[in-house]
Amino acid sequence: MDLLTFLQQLINGLSLGSLYALIAIGYTLVYGILRLINFAHGDLLMVAAYIAVMGVGLFAWPWPAAFGLAVGLTGFMGVLLERGAYQPLRRAPRISLLISAIAASFLLENVALVMAGGRARPFPVPSMFTGAFAWGGLFVPRLSLIIPLVTGALLAGLFLIIYRTAAGRAMRAIAVDLETVSLMGIDVNRIIAFTFLLGSLLAGAGGLLWAMKYPQVNPFMGILPGLKAFIAAVLGGIGNVTGAVLGGLLLGFMEVMIVALFPAWAGYRDAVAFTLLIVLLLLKPTGLLGEALGEEKL
Amino acid sequence: MATQPQRSKPIRTSYLTLTALVLLFLLLWGGTHWADEYQVRLLNNVAIFITLAVAYNLINGVCGQLHLGPNAFITLGAYTAALLTMTPAEKTLNFLVTPLYWPLSQVSLPFPAALLAGGLVAVAFGLLTGFPVFRVRGDYLAIVTLGFGEVVRVLANNLQGLTNGPLGLKGLYPYTNLWWSWGVAAAATAVVAALVNSSYGRALNAIREDETAARAMGINTFRHLLGAYLLSAFFFGVGGGLLAHLITTISPSLFTFFLTFNLLIIIVVGGLGSTTGAILAAAGFTLAGEWLRIVEEPATLLGFTIPGIPGMRMVILSLALLLVIIFCRRGLMGRREFSWAGLGRLLRRGAAGAAPGAGKI
Repeated sequence: MDLLTFLQQLINGLSLGSLYALIAIGYTLVYGILRLINFAHGDLLMVAAYIAVMGVGLFAWPWPAAFGLAVGLTGFMGVLLERGAYQPLRRAPRISLLISAIAASFLLENVALVMAGGRARPFPVPSMFTGAFAWGGLFVPRLSLIIPLVTGALLAGLFLIIYRTAAGRAMRAIAVDLETVSLMGIDVNRIIAFTFLLGSLLAGAGGLLWAMKYPQVNPFMGILPGLKAFIAAVLGGIGNVTGAVLGGLLLGFMEVMIVALFPAWAGYRDAVAFTLLIVLLLLKPTGLLGEALGEEKL
Repeated sequence: MATQPQRSKPIRTSYLTLTALVLLFLLLWGGTHWADEYQVRLLNNVAIFITLAVAYNLINGVCGQLHLGPNAFITLGAYTAALLTMTPAEKTLNFLVTPLYWPLSQVSLPFPAALLAGGLVAVAFGLLTGFPVFRVRGDYLAIVTLGFGEVVRVLANNLQGLTNGPLGLKGLYPYTNLWWSWGVAAAATAVVAALVNSSYGRALNAIREDETAARAMGINTFRHLLGAYLLSAFFFGVGGGLLAHLITTISPSLFTFFLTFNLLIIIVVGGLGSTTGAILAAAGFTLAGEWLRIVEEPATLLGFTIPGIPGMRMVILSLALLLVIIFCRRGLMGRREFSWAGLGRLLRRGAAGAAPGAGKI
């Protein structure tokens, strides 16, 4: 592989990796405080994409309005999910909570299937996000630059919230010890809902970017990116936001590079993440930046 | 424990069990002679789902480990059994793009041997994956096992010389009949029930309740969990082989996570940890699933034509699972099991006119 191809793949990997990172943060935020894999997180990407399709395609709204509404409603949907499927099971055995999460995920997918039909729909990509630059043999789609920029901006905002606001402090405290925090006069349920809101807003943004990168919308589009982003979160050390970003970028680069280096393996691309997960759990289950997972954390 | 009175009257219990088996035998005999094709197909489906659900309940309900990869094991069993029963001529007809690898292209085995091989291949996959799987617990275990389904699907799509890729295998001989499907279901139930009632099963229950305490009592948790995992893998594999020879056409898209989700609904509704519940729910689910097809087909009600809504069935099912897990977590049976003594008590209580606190099943 020459330098030019390498740079080209680096750009492709960066845009895919930042998308994984954006979605992985949502998993890691929720896991950090509830120790729960939010199985329905990936489906929120699909929700955002469908709302945008409806806004732009059906009602012919200008894209900023439709996209804004899509992200906002997805955030609301995340809170609804928490209230409906997770909050009632706060004191239940973990296996019940996981089953509830899986059921919620299937419910979202199939409600979308009933409402929108099974046929994949084209995503109306605004002209601002199409097109590409050519720099001395490098082919750079405009979206490949926009995705990392948006991810970076959202990340900066998220860090500001987590480390500079009272709600953020409460979130970090709950991640350490939920029981004690609830004794300190903090409404734990509200903070948890707020965490779901943040994670789901990021998922909404991620869903729109994903739909512009792969402009096909169908009810099951969120499953695979969701699973891979979760693996990225584990790779980085789950519960750790910086780790999620690192894991997302790493997974994106790995997928792109494996296909670039071994074109014959392109069909196995979707298995890369899961193989990585199995190897990771054998060698270093805590991930790159993760804390040790004791019994009580599981 | 419900097993206590059962032990004191072992002879009567075994007579009753024998009677029940003879009854099942007569029913199957009647089924093969008088039931129509649709009914036979449905009964086969019920039996296969009982096999799968009983095996799934062992690892999920009895051991309390959320294993989300049965579809991977079922795929392996289905492909192995199918590749072994097909005749060399059928294989040449199927594998048009890439020919099937050599010894497999020439082999043709009888159905029982192929089923057994399907189960053993699934066990081999279980041995391979058991070590990474049981290094982790809880959510991690769920996601790793979920990954198996994806990995196996990707492999089945890409290993053209072994699986014929996305085209799948067509024209399998429909070997699966009521005898095979119900025979396997009865065997799976007997083996799993015997395991659960042994000291091994009690160790599994202890691991579910408190793994640290179980380990402190000297239970080798890894070995126990691996054993249960492999036994369930075997029955997933055999069930997959039966399924393949029932529907006669298999492809990688047939065994998605959706299949696992259906099994999960079954064991949760039946009551996680109850083999009896798994059996009842598997039968109910298969029959209700047929009945729910109505909502996806166009129907005429009071003169109005309602168009069929694709996906509505799954909306209902996933909503049902959500409601059961939130409001009625114990499911149909909780962790209770069927026993003849329990049935006797229930009947006597019914005859005596609902005496208060007359004992549980």
